[in-house]
Amino acid sequence: MRNTRAIQPIFELAKAGRRGVVPPPCDVPTTLDEAIPAAFRSDVPPSLPEVAEPDVVRHFTCLSQLNMSVDTHFYPLGSCTMKYNPKRNERLASLPGILDLHPYQSEESLQGMLELLYSLQQMLGEIAGLDAVSLQPAAGAHGEMTALKCAAAYFRDQGRPRRKVLAPDSAHGTNPASAAVAGFEAVTVKSGPDGFVDLDDLKAKLDDETAVFMITNPNTLGIFEKNIRTIADMVHNVGGLLYLDGANMNAILGIARPGDFGADMMHYNPHKTFSGPHGGGGPGAGPIAVRDILAPYLPAPIVAFDGRRYRLDYDLPKSIGRVRSFFGNTGVLVRAYCYIRTYGPKGLREVSENAVLNANYLLSRVKHILPVGQGDRCMHEFVATASKIKAEKGVSAMDLAKRLLDYGYHAPTVYFPITVKESMMFEPTETESKETLDAFAETLFRITEEPAELLHEAPHTTPISRPDEVRAARSPQTSFPE
Amino acid sequence: MSYLFNTPDDQRAMLAAIGSGSLDELFAQLVPADSRLNRELNLPRALTEQELTEHMTSLAGANVAATQKPCFLGGGAYDHFIPAAVDALASRGEFFTSYTPYQPEVSQGNLAVTFEYQSFVTRLTGMDIANASLYDGGTACVEAVLMCMHATNRNGRVVIAASVHPEFRQVVETYLRDLECELVTVGTPDGIVTADDVAAACNDQTACVFVQQPNFFGCLEDVEAIGKAAHAAGAMFAVSVDPISLGLLKRPNEYGADIVTAEGQSLGNPLQYGGPYLGIIACREEFVRRMPGRICGETVDRRGKRCWVLTLQTREQHIRREKATSNICTNQLLFALRATIYLSLLGPQGLRETAELCARKAAYARGKLTSNTRFAQRFAAPTFKEFVVRDTSGEVEQLLADAERDGYFAGIALGRWYPELADSFLVAVTEKRTKAEIDGLAAALSSATASNKRTPAHA
Ligand SMILES: Cc1ncc(COP(=O)(O)O)c(C=O)c1O
Repeated sequence: MRNTRAIQPIFELAKAGRRGVVPPPCDVPTTLDEAIPAAFRSDVPPSLPEVAEPDVVRHFTCLSQLNMSVDTHFYPLGSCTMKYNPKRNERLASLPGILDLHPYQSEESLQGMLELLYSLQQMLGEIAGLDAVSLQPAAGAHGEMTALKCAAAYFRDQGRPRRKVLAPDSAHGTNPASAAVAGFEAVTVKSGPDGFVDLDDLKAKLDDETAVFMITNPNTLGIFEKNIRTIADMVHNVGGLLYLDGANMNAILGIARPGDFGADMMHYNPHKTFSGPHGGGGPGAGPIAVRDILAPYLPAPIVAFDGRRYRLDYDLPKSIGRVRSFFGNTGVLVRAYCYIRTYGPKGLREVSENAVLNANYLLSRVKHILPVGQGDRCMHEFVATASKIKAEKGVSAMDLAKRLLDYGYHAPTVYFPITVKESMMFEPTETESKETLDAFAETLFRITEEPAELLHEAPHTTPISRPDEVRAARSPQTSFPE
Repeated sequence: MSYLFNTPDDQRAMLAAIGSGSLDELFAQLVPADSRLNRELNLPRALTEQELTEHMTSLAGANVAATQKPCFLGGGAYDHFIPAAVDALASRGEFFTSYTPYQPEVSQGNLAVTFEYQSFVTRLTGMDIANASLYDGGTACVEAVLMCMHATNRNGRVVIAASVHPEFRQVVETYLRDLECELVTVGTPDGIVTADDVAAACNDQTACVFVQQPNFFGCLEDVEAIGKAAHAAGAMFAVSVDPISLGLLKRPNEYGADIVTAEGQSLGNPLQYGGPYLGIIACREEFVRRMPGRICGETVDRRGKRCWVLTLQTREQHIRREKATSNICTNQLLFALRATIYLSLLGPQGLRETAELCARKAAYARGKLTSNTRFAQRFAAPTFKEFVVRDTSGEVEQLLADAERDGYFAGIALGRWYPELADSFLVAVTEKRTKAEIDGLAAALSSATASNKRTPAHA
């Protein structure tokens, strides 16, 4: 059934003289020479492929069919919250009065959009339990960097700049990377065998050079840090700030608020928690919420409302400055707004309740197959390990992941967090049924019973299998040869 | 509830299976009492699809879309024509609702698109390597600057032209502030930067010279001379370009660029009030290991079949953590996909023609608008699809507001970024603007002249 011709690189489908979309004839008398001196022009256009529109449609349609996606498959990719992306949000985000707005239009012509964004600021502040929100950052990692810059400005303003940003070893790679980009020294704090932050190690590493401790809560093992309040106190006692990596907010909507449990700042990943489609790798957005002491440092503009009119407030003299051009990843924010309005306060809580229930249920079915170090309970995701089966049969987490693909399931996240050997991180989300989770667990069990040789070579039914990554990196071929 | 599956029966069965009496009991075990919220969130009530549609339609109605009035706004975001096939293909759920190709076996579609996208970017720019996308044109500038600092091992200074998009410069400034690197901005009184001024601004700790072509004012810089000045100082030469212009203008490799960045919105991506857009970055081969973000590469699978994977990942945050070349994780692949479809549809001829239409119409508009004595062309340098108009009566804000009332998004006032240009505005003309619209804009601006004459303004 696969159309192998259509999925060749588009360069191989090209033929000189073919055209797709043709621009209209020129309706002004001005000649090209009058418009632009020849010295600035190139003699030949870039060597793009020449293809007809039907070629383009068939090529990209057939390529799309080589992907797994949430629309087509169960996608329990831990830490990524691959939940259903509502179709209504796509339609509403595409209304011309929402989609076709230029970033430099007058505020007069943007009152509806500014109202939406203003409400979203309020709602994200309420869900976080924090005072002020910036919608500008373009993704979670970008939000981390932005908030850390705000912290740097805050300490600078207090006349005592601080050098260090701490994060647990179980943290996502973006945490230490963002610390470095923001000009800090990144320090790793150990987590204990139970997955919680090692309080002794934290204590040893906290000092008056500590600007921020970045924590993910629920953490990347899917456990709510039981000592979060103690941790917050410890950080605050040395004058530091607590950052919450909000990638896992899907577990605690309406159940716990970062501001209430001691966080001073956080980012959201609306493409996860609030169902922004992940688009094959992006876009995301990374709005941040902060406590009032940090509000003066947020990037401008913030949307303001005087009871009558919405406007962009650039008057933040202490702002760290822009982190992105234009307003932000508005399209993602609009979808987040639609999502929050669809659920309302009760509904958002039910999202988290069902996300957590689904994960616990899946955990209860998986733990007999693959050990789950954290025990019987989790929040919205859990981390199992394949190290036992690896020792017994030589079957790795990667082998299991690859074999799941044959059965029509996207693999869980493997080899993250790095604190668990042969880790497999499952996040079912609330938009899956018990039947799907049952079938998935049964499949996983069946796979562990299969011969090791079969698994080493899996997947067997996908368009390709086990690409040679070493070869790709050795002599990188990153574009089609001219 | 709309997107949830679990019925009360399901919940009971699942709770029984995990050995918990109720959801409350479950959460009581999971979240310490002192961290739990003991009230409902203070949010507006839930809306059904029909109610939400009404609500959003009313919000949308309180805006004026750039498609409702002829749009002459640019400044880095442009109203170019988007062919139907771009929307039709990019909205396929298999593209839309997938994620980063961590499992290449079930992501060959996204990977093949990334490979084609990278190929298109290298062909447009003449560079050797492109990555899979960055957030936007502004952060792409930062990433280029950071690459230069690492590659040259110079952390002292970055030289940037004042004619680079002011918001791009602000982003660079924000990032550099905590890195103790000095950002030197070279003035552009004539709308373009001179090679001599660039040379004078460089010292032996200068990592890079950064310019934009065409620049923020729409003017064409003497990029060749600037590049030579940068290299003479031992600095790298980085350029931010308008990808549409590359259908017509010299490609960055022809004038010695080491790194090229761009805002890719104009390649088939909607305006959507500023984002998500597409950050493009490409460089010469020797800098590939400094490249931020994801890169897709060709290889073969275990059966010898050609395929694509994410490669050179040891540059990235999930492996290198604080030593990574960048902190970027989620990128903008959906918009790279749209750009790839767009460029496939246009082809070399279509891109050339689109760029020519922009240039010719903009030149026509420039002449037409400045034929009124109230208005003058602010800079003499050649321009591509944008140009700066000076309002000799200095009433820019009022003029633009009047024009909007008369049915035109006429341009962008420059005073907010350039106090010395408070009497000037930036006009962009894409291939979508017709002669009738341009003539209409000229007439609308003239009638504003008339009314202003009746009520004399302070000079
Ligand atoms: C725990 C955690 N933190 C941070 C991030 C970074 O977010 P983003 O990919 O939106 O930049 C991710 C997502 O990939 C994550 O899972």
